[in-house]
Parts: sequence; C-alpha cells; structure tokens
Amino acid sequence: MIDEQTIEPAVSDGGDSSAPALEKGRSFWRRPNVLTGLIGGAVGYAIGHWLGNAIASSYQEVVGNGENNFALTLGYLIATLGWLGGLGILNYPLAKIIGLRPEPKYDEDRRLSRYFRYNLDHKVVGLQYLSAMLVYFFVAGLFALAVRSELLSPTRHLLSPETYVAVVGEHGTMMMMMMTSAILGPFGNYLVPLMIGSRRMAFPRLEALSFWITPAAFVVLVSGLIVGGFPTGWTGYAPLAIQAKQGQDAYLVAFGLMGTSMVLAGFNIVATMVNYRAPGMTYSRVPLFVWAMTITSMLMVLAAPVLVAATYMSLMDRTVQTALFDVNHGGSSYLWQNLYWFFGHPEVYILALPGFGIALELLPVFARKPAFAYKTAVAGMVGVGVLSFFVWQHHLFDSGINPDMRPVVMFTTELISIPTGIIYLVAIGTMWRAKLRITVPMLFILGGLFNFLLGGISGVFLSDVPADGVAHGSFFVMAHFHYTIMGGYIFFFIAGIYYWVPKMLGRRLSDRIGKWHFWLMFIAFNSTFLPLFAVGQLGMPRRVFQYAQALQGLNVWVSISAFALGLSLLVFVYNLLKSLIIDDKKPIEENPWQSRGLEWMTPTPPPVDNFRTVPLVVSGPYEYGTGAGPMAVFSATSATVAEGAETR
Amino acid sequence: MTKAQKTIGVLVPLALLLALVIWTFTWLIGYPPTVQAATTTPGEVNVTMQTVGTIGTGPHPEWVSYLIQQPDGSWTHSTVLQVPAHTKVHMTIQQYDTGSSLRNPLMNQVLGITDAANNGQPYGLWTDVIGHTFTIPELGISVPLPGIPDDSTNMCSVAPCAKSFDHNTVTFTFTTQGAGTYTWQCFVPCGVAYLAGFGGPMATLGYMNGILKVVA
Amino acid sequence: MARGGDENKKHLTRIALIWMVLAVILTPMVYFVWGPHMPPGNMADNAEGQRFDNTVLATVATPVVLFIWVYFGYALVNFRRTAGDDTDGPPIKGHARFQAVWVGLTTFIVLSLFVFGTYELVAPKGAGTGSGASPIWTPAGYTDDQAKSTLFQVQVIGQQWRWTFRYPQYSGVQTTELVIPTGVPIQFNVTSLDVIHSFWAYQLGVKADANPGVNNISFVTVSRTGNFDIRCDELCGPLHGAMFSTGKAVSMGDFNVWMAAQLDKYAKVIPLLPPYATTYLPQVDGGYYDPSQDPLPPDATLPSTPAAPAAASPSPSS
Repeated sequence: MIDEQTIEPAVSDGGDSSAPALEKGRSFWRRPNVLTGLIGGAVGYAIGHWLGNAIASSYQEVVGNGENNFALTLGYLIATLGWLGGLGILNYPLAKIIGLRPEPKYDEDRRLSRYFRYNLDHKVVGLQYLSAMLVYFFVAGLFALAVRSELLSPTRHLLSPETYVAVVGEHGTMMMMMMTSAILGPFGNYLVPLMIGSRRMAFPRLEALSFWITPAAFVVLVSGLIVGGFPTGWTGYAPLAIQAKQGQDAYLVAFGLMGTSMVLAGFNIVATMVNYRAPGMTYSRVPLFVWAMTITSMLMVLAAPVLVAATYMSLMDRTVQTALFDVNHGGSSYLWQNLYWFFGHPEVYILALPGFGIALELLPVFARKPAFAYKTAVAGMVGVGVLSFFVWQHHLFDSGINPDMRPVVMFTTELISIPTGIIYLVAIGTMWRAKLRITVPMLFILGGLFNFLLGGISGVFLSDVPADGVAHGSFFVMAHFHYTIMGGYIFFFIAGIYYWVPKMLGRRLSDRIGKWHFWLMFIAFNSTFLPLFAVGQLGMPRRVFQYAQALQGLNVWVSISAFALGLSLLVFVYNLLKSLIIDDKKPIEENPWQSRGLEWMTPTPPPVDNFRTVPLVVSGPYEYGTGAGPMAVFSATSATVAEGAETR
Repeated sequence: MTKAQKTIGVLVPLALLLALVIWTFTWLIGYPPTVQAATTTPGEVNVTMQTVGTIGTGPHPEWVSYLIQQPDGSWTHSTVLQVPAHTKVHMTIQQYDTGSSLRNPLMNQVLGITDAANNGQPYGLWTDVIGHTFTIPELGISVPLPGIPDDSTNMCSVAPCAKSFDHNTVTFTFTTQGAGTYTWQCFVPCGVAYLAGFGGPMATLGYMNGILKVVA
Repeated sequence: MARGGDENKKHLTRIALIWMVLAVILTPMVYFVWGPHMPPGNMADNAEGQRFDNTVLATVATPVVLFIWVYFGYALVNFRRTAGDDTDGPPIKGHARFQAVWVGLTTFIVLSLFVFGTYELVAPKGAGTGSGASPIWTPAGYTDDQAKSTLFQVQVIGQQWRWTFRYPQYSGVQTTELVIPTGVPIQFNVTSLDVIHSFWAYQLGVKADANPGVNNISFVTVSRTGNFDIRCDELCGPLHGAMFSTGKAVSMGDFNVWMAAQLDKYAKVIPLLPPYATTYLPQVDGGYYDPSQDPLPPDATLPSTPAAPAAASPSPSS
C-alpha cells in the first residue's frame, strides 16, 4: 500500500541537521511481530487450558456436562497475554518494572512490514485499525447473509436452531463489539494529532495496545462458533448465558477484551486532545471531528468498565459457580440487563458520535462554508454524551422494572432527540446557500444523514413506552438500529475512507466506481431495512427462525435486498483493491478536496513526527468564505511543509 | 511489481478466502441426517426411537440423546424425522435412561394422544420418575417416557442400546395433518449440570430436540 | 453574518411553501387514512391504545421528516456549485434566532410527546406492558393480594420452549392453550421457570417479560372475540423461534364451557401441580446444577420397579 516515495511538498525540506538520528531498526524477522505474537498466543492458550483443567476438572458441573468452561476461559485469557507478549508490547513496562531504563526511540521505519508489528506511530496504528475494521466488517456481513438465507423461508431451515442463533449472535457481536472503534480506531487515531497540530499521541503505547487486543478478541469470538456457538445474541442475557455451552465463554472473553481496548483508546484520545493542542489551537478552533472523538472517548472510558465487570461476573457464574445471575441462589436476572445496558446505551452513542463527527467535519469542506453554529454543535454532542448515561432502562420497559421509573426514562430518552436534532441543525445551516460539491464522500454523508433521520425518528417510537409495547424485541428495533448504525455510522465511515485515503495513502479511490458503490449501497440498504419496520410492527420478534407464513413475502424481499447490499459492498472492495493496490500510482493533488484542515497541511504520507516544526494555529478550520489564510503557520527557522504557507 | 503481478497477488488470496467462506457455510448448514419413516400400509408409518442416558461417542459422550431407527434396522444419531402428511404415525420409543421429576408437572400427563401405552399397559398419567418426554408443542402432543430406576444394575451406557438392557417401551399413535415443519423436544430437565437442566443436549439438534418434517 | 436579505427570504419562502403544501396533504393522510390501519389493530384496549400511539407519533413525525427531505432536496438542486465555480460560499457562522427557534421547537415537540406518552401509559393502566410485581396504575378491583382480587387472573408460565397457562380462579388448572373472555379486565401474571422469556400477545397489545422468580403483571380488556398470536419476544435459547402459540378470546359463556372441558381433561394432573403461586423456584437439594425440581405431592407413591403404570387418581386438590 505505501511505497517508498513520499509526495514531496512544493517547498522542499532543507534538511534539519539538529533532528535526532532516525533509525529503521532491525529487520522485521528479528524483532517481535505478529508471527511471534501468534506463537505467544498458542503457548499461552496451552498454559491456560492446562491450568484450567488442573483446577476445575473435578468440579461437579464439569464432570456432569463434560465441558470445562474454566479451562477454555483461562486458555483464552492467557492466550491473549501470550499474544501481546509475543508482539513485544509488554517489553517496555516489564523493563521499567525491573528497573532498567529503556530509551524510547524514534522509529523511522518506512517498510511495509511496519504494519505487522507493534508500532508506536499513531498513523501506523490508524491504518492497522482500518484494515482490521474492514476485515471484521466483511466477516460480520457474511454472517448476516447467512442469517438472511435462513429467513427466506419460515419452514425450510438451512441452519439448525442452535446454529442459527449462534450465527445471529456472531453477526451482532462482531458488528457491535468489534466495530465500536470503527471510526475512532482508524480515523481518531490517525487524525486527532494531525488535526490539533500535535506530533504524537499522549499515550502511544496504550493506543497500540488497544489495537492489538482487537485481533485477539476477533479470533476468540470466531472460535466461539467452533466450540458450540453462543445462544444469547450480542446482548448476552443471563441466565441464558449461564446455561449456554462453551461458545458463551468466547463471547464473554471477547467482549471483555474489547471493553478493555475501548477504555485504553479512550484515555489516550482525551489526554491528547486536552494536552497536545498546538499553540493557537484554542478550544473554539478544535475541529468538530476531534470534539466528537473526545466526547466518544469519555463515554468509552466511563461505560466500558461496567461492561468488563458484567462479563467478568457472567464468566464467574459460568466457571466457578457463583450465583450472581441465578435466581435460584439469590442472584437476579435483572442484574445483567442493568449492567449491560448501562454500557450498552452509551455504546450506541459511542457509535453515533464519531459518525456525526465525520459528517460535520466534511460538510463545511463540500459546502465551502463555515460549520454552522459550531458551539451549538459541540454543545449538542456533549448533550448526547451526558444524556446517554441516563436512558439505559428504556431497554427494560417491558421487563417488570419499577413501573414509576418508566416515565422518567421515557423523558430522558425523548430528551436525547434534542441534541441529536442539533446535528441536523448544523447540517442544514451549513448547507444553506452553499456551493455544494457532490463528491463521493459527500454522497455518503448525505445518504448517511438521510438514513439516520429515519433511524432517529423510529427511535422516538421506541422511547414512547406504550408504542414500545408493540415494537420492543421485534424487527422494528432491528430496523431502527440498522438505520442508525449501518445507515448512519457505516455510511459516515465509508465517507471518511473515501475522503481521507488520499492523505493517508497518497492515492484516490476511483470516483466512478465510488458513485456506483454509493447508489447501489444506498438503494439496497433502504430496500433491505425499510420493510423491516413493517415486519416488526406486524408481529415478528427478533432472532427467530420460524415466523408467521404471512410475512414470508416481505422476508424474501428483504433477503434478496440484503444480497444486493452485499454486492454493493463487493463493489467497494473492488474499488479498494483496484485503486489502492492494483492500479499504478498516479500523482494526485496534495489536497484534492481543498480542505482547510490542518491534517492536509502535512506531506503525503506524513512523516513520523507529523510536522517538522510545531505549527502555530492562527485561524479555525472552517473559515471558508471569510478570506482567512491557511489555518496554521510554521516557524520560519525551519523549512515550511505546507504549500503556500506564509511565514512571519 | 507490474499490474498483472499485483492483480494475481490480490486475486489468489481472494480466491482462497472465497473457498474458506464456502467451506464455512457448508459446515454451518450441516445438519443431522433426516430419517424418513418407513411406510408399512398406505396411510400408516412406523417410527422407532430410543432415548439413552449417555450417548457414549462423539464430541459429547456424556450427553443424553435420542436416536432414530432407520427402516433397515440400523440406528442413526439424529432427531430429524420426516413423515408423510395425512398419515397415522405409530411411534415406538425405547427409553433406556433413569429419570427425575418434571420442571412443569403438566407434562406428567399424556396430551394429544388417546392410546399411549407403557410396556404394553395403557396410561394417561405417569407420577413416577420420567426419563424424557416426546413433545411437539405446536401439535399439542406430549408423551412422558417413564424412567428406569436409579438402582438398576443393567443400565446401557453407550448408544445405540440393545433391548437386553433395562428399558421401558412406550407406544402411541398420532395423525399428521397438512405439510409443515415442526420442532419437537424433551421437557424433562435432563441437561445434567446445565442451569435449569435445559442446556447442552436439550439445546442441540440431534440430541434432545428435533425437527419433524411433514411432507405432502 | 448575513441577516435577512432578499436571497435568504427567497429561499426561505420557497422551502416553506413546498414543505407546507406537502405537510398539509400528507399529515392528515397519515392520521386519517393510514391511522385506522396501523398495527397492532384494535382487538383489545391496549392494542387500540398502541395503534393510537403509533398514529400520533407518525403524524408528528411526518412534518418533521418532510421538512428535512424538502430542505435537502431543495439544497441539492439550488445550493449546488455551478460548473467552474471554485469560490467559497457566504461565511454564515450561525444565526441565533434560527438556532433558538429550532432548539425551542424540538424541545416543545419532545416535551409534548413525553406528556402524551406518559398519559397513554398511565391511563390504560400500563398499556399492556409488563409492570412488575407491584404495578402502580391498576384497574379497579386490583389488589396486591391476588386471592381477594376481582380481576380475571391468568398466569402465563414461560419455560424453554413453550407457554403454559394457569387459572388460579379455576382450581389452578394449567393448560397448554390460552383462552380468555372478552369484555372483562384481565390480569396476566407472567413468570418463567428457567431463563428470561417475554410474553407477547400481539393483537392484545400485551408484552411482559417472563423472569424466573419474578411476577410481571400486565392488564388487558379484550374488545372482540378472535384469535391472537402469542410469541416469545426475548431470546431464550435455540428454540426461541418455535415458542409460539395461538390464543383465543371468546365470550364469557364460551369461556365457561371451555373451562369446564379443561377441568375435566386435566383433572388427573391438577393434584400433581405445585400449589398456585406467582413464582416457581425449584427445590434444589444439593449441588448447584442439580436438575432435581419440584417435589412430588406427598400422596404420590414412588414404586421401585419401572413396570407399574400410574392408575391412581389422587385426592382432588383444595
């Protein structure tokens, strides 16, 4: 993907002899890399499994059902430790603990192999995240196609009942869990330092660690299918989770690992945004995308630990016979629901906010106007973030919780529409009397806003307790969250890819194929999910393999559209492979979208330390039409890096 | 690298991935085999099944299980049964397992069937320990399969079980209506060491729950 | 910051006009034409309430969605870059009044919906949703002591993977089929024997989660006779999709006839059932995962040989 030449900026770097010596480092094969990580993982699994057998083989439960959940869980956990150790992630902290003084080195390695090892450059981590997230997305999408194949008929069953719920669970968990960081991982990590004028992240080791946990979680989650699958869906409700076979351990461990990854990534971004802004980058000049990343990160830091606690409790119930969720021994079947949704609701805003961030970041560029009501936009995002912690019980409206809580939670949930509406206010204002450029990223932004509107409005139906009485647990909910998450978040994610790939990789994705991709995807997406609102309102619950015969027509339509949606994503894959790998590299414009953003004022691809000198920010990123000059100036004593930048 | 080399470099892994996807999908749609009931006289079929305390083989040897007998007399480890529509189905179930009480004692009673018999004696209600039940909730049919005593000395431990081991033989007949697909299951909490007794084999096709295909 | 100006007024007027025309046409259509056909129908008071709620929400949503669609459509046609024009647009950074109106309007809509939703929840006594073991909005005749309640009681027992139903006012008989009378307030007591299920009677507008060890109460009054779909609405294991049945609402007279037949059909098994209670936790003797369940009633004998058939009819329950 990256070749050795960088695109040289118009004004060449005079060569600063005072910069520290930058080294390439040892060869890929002589330092920790993914392969040593795999070895570490395998060894770790063996140790964990053996330990679990040694401890738990004689447990009554293990003897009775023949499955040693403890061995599998310990195996997964120690395998992850082994994987991380094999990658060399533990070297630095261990060295410090022992009392050595390891020196951090600048890593000027530009070889392709740097993407396959532990690397502290946030841009490398960003691209690692991007590749990984695309892999997880397509794997989860394939599971979805399996689900839709089964739902073609209410009577002919392709999959056995337990395989069906396991596949549904794999699809949902992989999408929701693995893709939580789909925008924050690739784009947050890559762009936040560039956008605030920083040369690094605050905690690069935490950031890289947060990435390398995700392949481990992915492998653990997929392996759950092999050991029997998990029957609870992505929501993991106990007590069914306690009853489940070994696949449930995979789900719980994977989710716990991803929760940890989220906390680490979150800390890093918040600290970076607060402390590493370049001089002149006041809070009112911080790009909306960075604000979205920061607020998302705060949500992750506060909500994900509750999830990790809940998965830990469920694992304990399953392995060492505690009874936290078992009513027969004093536990509660409500406890999991409350803990899980306390995380689960902020989780969906962890998904929505980065999407909004991309939308609000790109709209000014393609409207050639300032972001309308910038401060209100930030207030809106903060409002969404804060309110998201007070609404989780709307997932429990019919569960028998204290009835007087329901109007309260209905109130807070309805309230969230207000800050979410502010996002549309900003979009509308930015588009007012604009000079819209309908590029491929802009198409995806507009499509995403169209989809999210339908998703958000259906959310209002769900927040109304009596109307929720029909819709809860049905395909209406499914349509609601697919519209907001896939129609919104994923569309914005794809917009981000089309938009920032020229900066990250020095290549452009084909516009022609991109337009095909958009229209196919937009039409197929709506064709797939719009009928599901009706299907749910007509009485079909979620996660069922048998449904009323009368609904077969709609289900067949949806399944065929889902395959069309898969096809549109194949077009996307084709665009990615053709434009980024197969085609010869063409010289492209340094800043193809003529964006004012600070991230576009670096060479392509950016050097390890982003900016040769620390920029001085003199104006905001959205000053289109005001006649302001570039966003930042670079010190006159070193060479400038941006085309046409003025020096003073 | 030339464009052609890059194209091959991309297509080969893609082809391998596609093969992996197809292989995974084939594995996912793997089902226990469908056993077709043998037609004796027109309008009537016979089905013989057995329930065992431990299957003894396969990935879960300690799980309870159903087995169905093929028309040629061999036993198949499956619970997917196919019978014709509008037909009398004469079921014979050999029950080789010990029993317990039911989570829901309603299933102590024979439901939806008028001529159930246990070891030749007609019965409508069983108050003793029950090994398993044969229940098709959608058709309203439920037959308790009495369990053998815990202190039995001649217990079968590996399926398929021969009639020389202690067992109870339950016979009953039901009539199928139009074509359709029905799930059936056991209602005794016999998933030992799973919460409420309904995990493990109870939740796995081929062991304690099954599919009845009624074909026109 | 541009304020007023002919340019602004022109676009505003056009957008407002297009929106108003569409809204005036479509919104009443949603309310009057689509509304009566909205799911889930009007077979019971809850269902009618949910139908009404869906109608009102859709009616409020229509102008909102129309506005966004009209605006986007208009913007894509009129605010587009003309070919060759690479200049920037007007530097409009905000408009205090527009922002205030927007936020104020959305707040007003949201608060109204909240008041509406609360009323629609309280007035129909919980609107068919599961209201827990001590509901606070209850129809007349409800008391916490179910033995003294004058409401028609049905217990819905969810287990993996079928529904059964108990009628405490009729000797605690348990049936596999749900039949309820029309015209009287009915109290559903929903509980589970193992994992979380959810009792969803679609045409009745009743949805109450079945939790083990918990009684979840929901009320309904059925307006007309007919069949209704019962589906499990909370993933409860692999056969969750197979956990459905069909209930019937019949007149009180027909119900009594049916009930007499059930009492006859299940006479032998009633004495074996545990006494009616709102929750049924198993008696676990030793071992966490021991599947031993409810003890048999004291007068049932436990023969030592497997051959003895059960011919006894134990003494009738009180």
